[in-house]
Amino acid sequence: MYDLSKVVVTSSPHIKAEDNTKSLMLDVVLALIPALAVAIFTFGFRALTITVATIISCVVFEWLYCKVNHKKSTVGDLSAVVTGILIAFNVPVAAPIWMPVIGGAFAIIVVKMLFGGIGKNFMNPALGARAFMMASWPALMTTWVQPHQKLPLFGNVEVTDAISTATPLASLKAKTLPTESLMDLFFGQHGGVIGETCALALLVGGIYLLIRKVITINIPAAYILTVAVLTFLFPMGDVDRLQWMFSQVLSGGLMLGAFFMATDYVTSPVTPKGQIIFGIGCGVLTVFIRYFGGLPEGVSYSILIMNALVWMIDQKCLPRKFGYSDAKEGK
Amino acid sequence: MVYSFRGGIHPGPHSDPGYKSATNTKAIEILPTPDVVILPVSMHIGAPAKPIVKTGDIVDLGQPIAEAGGFVSAPVHATVSGKVIAVEPRLHPNGSKIMSIVIENDKEDRLHESVHPYDFAGMTNEERIETIRSAGMVGHGGATFPTHVKIQSGIGKCDTIIVNAAECEPYITSDHRLLLERPEEVIGGLKMLADIMEVPNAIIAIEENKSDTFAKINELIADDSRLKLYPLKCKYPQGAEKQLINACTGREVPSGKLPADAGCAVFNVDTTGAIYRRFTTGMPVVRRIVTVSGSAIVEPKNLEVRIGTQVERLIDACGGFKEAPNKLIMGGPMMGVSQFSLEIPVFKGTNAFLAFCGDEDKREENPSCIRCGKCINACPMHLMPMMMNAYGNAGDYNTCVSLGAMDCIECGSCSYVCPARIQLVQRFRLTKAQVMAERAAAKAKADAEAAKAEAEKNSEESK
Repeated sequence: MYDLSKVVVTSSPHIKAEDNTKSLMLDVVLALIPALAVAIFTFGFRALTITVATIISCVVFEWLYCKVNHKKSTVGDLSAVVTGILIAFNVPVAAPIWMPVIGGAFAIIVVKMLFGGIGKNFMNPALGARAFMMASWPALMTTWVQPHQKLPLFGNVEVTDAISTATPLASLKAKTLPTESLMDLFFGQHGGVIGETCALALLVGGIYLLIRKVITINIPAAYILTVAVLTFLFPMGDVDRLQWMFSQVLSGGLMLGAFFMATDYVTSPVTPKGQIIFGIGCGVLTVFIRYFGGLPEGVSYSILIMNALVWMIDQKCLPRKFGYSDAKEGK
Repeated sequence: MVYSFRGGIHPGPHSDPGYKSATNTKAIEILPTPDVVILPVSMHIGAPAKPIVKTGDIVDLGQPIAEAGGFVSAPVHATVSGKVIAVEPRLHPNGSKIMSIVIENDKEDRLHESVHPYDFAGMTNEERIETIRSAGMVGHGGATFPTHVKIQSGIGKCDTIIVNAAECEPYITSDHRLLLERPEEVIGGLKMLADIMEVPNAIIAIEENKSDTFAKINELIADDSRLKLYPLKCKYPQGAEKQLINACTGREVPSGKLPADAGCAVFNVDTTGAIYRRFTTGMPVVRRIVTVSGSAIVEPKNLEVRIGTQVERLIDACGGFKEAPNKLIMGGPMMGVSQFSLEIPVFKGTNAFLAFCGDEDKREENPSCIRCGKCINACPMHLMPMMMNAYGNAGDYNTCVSLGAMDCIECGSCSYVCPARIQLVQRFRLTKAQVMAERAAAKAKADAEAAKAEAEKNSEESK
């Protein structure tokens, strides 16, 4: 009597949560918008053209890879968009646009798709691309311009002495406090890569991700606190400890790295304990590279090194199973 | 204080937590008795019951028509008076055809002579348990474990009984309405259970979304110091036996053991009510409250129906379908069993029947794990669903077992939260079945070899 022709029989559960991969990635994109807005304010609309060009590069190369390999296109999950934004955020605004475009291709094809696509890569694609660009075009990757310069939207930038600047990290490397005030560091009014300068905007985005439960507090808190504690305990040069600590925390890519790169699902631990160990490891390595390494910045390399250890960390941090008396048996 | 456990999920939107608003304010409606009832001999876990009536027999309401097929079994009673018109296999909610007794209703509701009130206070414990056993009492939450077995195996081992009124499954409100409209039955039954099992603690555990029942229940338990009301945090699977015990007592049932090993016995709230009705009226299990809900139902309701009523009658009573349904579920949406026919009868463990016509299921082809870890945070058994899935797909069952696959309670929380929509719990069901099959095969092989060695030894000796 009733029409049951559409009825399907499946195994339970028969309802699912609203969130899917696409909506999570969209949340990350939204969380990056404040930082992008500040970048446009600070560095001009060239920041936007670089970001858009990199996004297009990532999406197109992922689509092409799927097409060539006769696979169903996966660009709909928006993860390539996130990768594109993060790569753009990791290059200086004066860089030629073709550079992050090639970086995007490297991130998608070499770091992500060759390992099996979303969920299978062991290395953060955006950071892999940054390391690749640092190795290939070190000069272009470290040419900084002062904020609020009139830069061409598309063409190459002639970086003269008049508009070039050093980043706060260069001062810290020289064991002196940056010339910028802590407020300038907080609001991002200084040289640096496109997305890293404004700690406030990144914090707003990070808090959004926490409220939406896209990420947990474990990794960013462990990472930032480790850097803060180490730099407070061991300041370099003859400086005020607190000033030194805040300068270290607010300079460079720490905020961007802690909230948006180290928390990348695919390349970070899934166990809560493992996430804390991962964050602490990132923090220790970052301070080590900043203090003793050849480069002024250590965020990307420390995350990449910790990426390689994720599987081992998770294996050692499996939670105690319900109904097992001691931790060992529970594993 | 609100009691809870670690892990779990919060199904439903903020505007309608647990999707319960469609029926949680609707009073229980008594469905007129149907023209026929179909009573399968297997409405419980354990051995099927054995029919003791034949086609053509006239039966009365409450008359035993099938006797228990063993210790872990339960008898079946006529739920209407009338004529047995068939004893034959009929479609069962588990998807196969099972021996059933079909009764044509004469609409007289003639009571059987065995239905009479009992003097609970004057009975011995053995008599009380026998009274429960002979009433065909099973767990009404869906697992349908025979109640007398639970009571008998728990006496002396348990110091706490918990009445499970969490009703954490989304959409279902039958227990909520029972607590609100007939709390004296539940509390009366709980007192009887506490007497039978001689425990100092008798807890009634109710999720906070049913706080409108608290005042009346507090009033009813005030005269008995053994009885306590524990409000539970609204979270799925709060009503899973192990999680409920953990929330109420802080104890963990050891892996592979029973609740009695943690000193607890858990009874469904409707079972408790049925025990009260058995002793005060003599009526065995012949009816139950069923929530009929879901996006395809015109007018969702809480119906009290005779066991054996075909589901189609329930749909009729709720105004039919808005549009052709794409999913029919016996039970809740998290652990209920998908159905393909409306001919199936309501059985003892049926607390809800749902029909969906929207995109509730959200299935996806070839999903990819993005390692977000949501399944790990959701797992109430603190397992690693994403890893168990990867090893299960690779056929490495040993690693699955060491990661806790056999401890999985199949609540489905992992599959619910997965943003990639990976069929996690479905994978674990398969893994568990395969592991059990391997173990059974290994045991059979070992037994065969032992028998062979024994036979060879005997033939040696006879020479």
